[in-house]
Amino acid sequence: MNDVTTTPRDAAFGLTVGPLQYWWPRPRTMAFYADVADSVAESVVLGELVCSRRHEFKTEDWLALARDLAAAGKRVVLATQALVMSEAELRTLRRVCEQGEFAVEAGDASALAVLARLHAADATRPAFTIGPHVNVYSRAALAELAPLGAAVWVPPLELSIDAAARINPADDPVRGPAGPVATELFAFGRMPLAFSARCFTARHHRLKKDECDFRCADDADGLLLSTGDGRPFLVLNGIQTQSAALHCALGDRDEIAAAGIRRLRLSPCSGDFLRVIALYDAVFNGGMAARDALAEMAALQLPGELVDGYAHRRPGMEALTT
Amino acid sequence: MAAAAADAGSHAPVVVKPQLVCPAGSLRALQLAVEAGADAVYLGLKDATNARNFAGLNFDDGQVREGVRFAHARGREVLMALNTYADARDTTPWQRAVDRAAELGADALIVADVAVMAYARARHPQLRLHLSVQASATTWEAIEFYRERWGIVRAVLPRVLTLSQVQHVARHTQAQIEVFGFGSLCVMVEGRCALSSYATGQSPNTVGACSPPSAVRWEETPAGVEARLSGVLIDRYAPDEPRGYPTLCKGRFDVDGERDYAIEEPTSLNTLTLLPQLIEAGVRAIKIEGRQRSPSYVAEVTRVWRQAIDHAASGQRYSVQPAWNASLARWAEGQQHTLGAYDRPWR
Repeated sequence: MNDVTTTPRDAAFGLTVGPLQYWWPRPRTMAFYADVADSVAESVVLGELVCSRRHEFKTEDWLALARDLAAAGKRVVLATQALVMSEAELRTLRRVCEQGEFAVEAGDASALAVLARLHAADATRPAFTIGPHVNVYSRAALAELAPLGAAVWVPPLELSIDAAARINPADDPVRGPAGPVATELFAFGRMPLAFSARCFTARHHRLKKDECDFRCADDADGLLLSTGDGRPFLVLNGIQTQSAALHCALGDRDEIAAAGIRRLRLSPCSGDFLRVIALYDAVFNGGMAARDALAEMAALQLPGELVDGYAHRRPGMEALTT
Repeated sequence: MAAAAADAGSHAPVVVKPQLVCPAGSLRALQLAVEAGADAVYLGLKDATNARNFAGLNFDDGQVREGVRFAHARGREVLMALNTYADARDTTPWQRAVDRAAELGADALIVADVAVMAYARARHPQLRLHLSVQASATTWEAIEFYRERWGIVRAVLPRVLTLSQVQHVARHTQAQIEVFGFGSLCVMVEGRCALSSYATGQSPNTVGACSPPSAVRWEETPAGVEARLSGVLIDRYAPDEPRGYPTLCKGRFDVDGERDYAIEEPTSLNTLTLLPQLIEAGVRAIKIEGRQRSPSYVAEVTRVWRQAIDHAASGQRYSVQPAWNASLARWAEGQQHTLGAYDRPWR
């Protein structure tokens, strides 16, 4: 593909700040998004994806924050919860889907059901995103779902870049009602790998899920799980299990560009996340060498080591090859 | 036997005896399950199209044909699990598997991927579709989504819902509901777990394997016997400790200075005590897990559940017979039974 220094600006990569996976105290969350508002990120995905017991931000609060970010020039998307089990959670999901102000990211098939229904009734509604926890593993699957009203697709975490390119190739993209579907690749952060009915954070603290004391709010990046020989392996984040390592696609620019992917998702973490956004922009849009950016990443305050195995059809925990 | 799909929308308060759906990893297991009283058996082909893709397991075409002949001669059904996700590089094995299920006379396909559902609907509209647990449909909205668009007539619920959630789902969908009654417990929502591919590159969704044997290594060390998966230390056993298969989520790990089963202890699901409530909720099929288990496991577990379902649906006062639990205990992983999510033990 193009040499980094000659990439025309119209082929620029849009950066999306993915949904915050952790429960940060409200002031911290507000400060974080104030910083995001000033960043080069083009889009922001808001909402509670993990647990309906995290009560500091109700749907109305997310909507208010969404308006602030939209006023700052960001494209805002509201995410629905990934694992929906109760009627109360379905009500929240409907509330998120039914607001017509912002696009919605479907976290599961319940959201697809509601969004498809709404879209069939009113085609002028904002097109939705098929989130990474919806199982789309082939072009045929994306072609089934996109016509229901999708404009963006985030591939499942375990899919490689080449698989994403086969499923939604730039020269023959799957089409939704609003036109070609854009692929948005998970490009940075701890990977959400699994969901359970059980809250592992509460279990660790010997607490019941319904009386969890909201202990996950103590862990800005989740609760680290290490192997018996001391190797950081996974992270417990309430009902979600994440990788301890952070996926990092900084070294994969050429392959991502060749795949026709123009949107990258960066998943929030504590520490120097804002600097991460700037470095991704520098590498993907500014001609900075990945090598130099990775050298700087190594010096940043980040919660884990960097890996990119999934990008290359390898185990997700495999360290960067570049 | 299951009633026809046509009456799936009925909400009449008539007690319907649920179908007993048993695993068959081999023709022998299938025959024993049928002889022990299974109403239906489920099986998969010898490839990556099903979620128990293990060496030495599953069926070739001739075996499927023989299994279907055997089951149909006795009035039982054969369901084919086609419940992994079609590979972006080549979806034809999944399409061919749908064709083969139709040709070989399977009574239904158990599917998770909308690409596979769409193909089946277009090519074999007469073929009954069941929504696999791997599709992770945890709400009635999700199940109705698959029913309305791809015509699934039954949904297998993930093992994460409580009994009251199961009842709620069953009340609000026109699809039949199938739940797991017995077997190994997945603590994660099925179809939404990439832990295995994170460590090994292979996952249930992509190749039908979790913590595959090819990635397992056992090592004698001074500290004990170590079980590693792709080099990751999953557990370490003292000389006299029983050793389990190193499924990633069932290892002992360190969290905050404490070593424990941080995700899930090796336990088995056993819902015998809940059977009357499940039947009352309108659950139409009870599934036994374990296509990877031995034919003797299948025979004995099937025999117990046949008696239990007949007893529970007989209208007599139901109680779990001590002999049933004694039989099942022999086959429980980690020698422990739990009710899983059904009775909210984690809440």
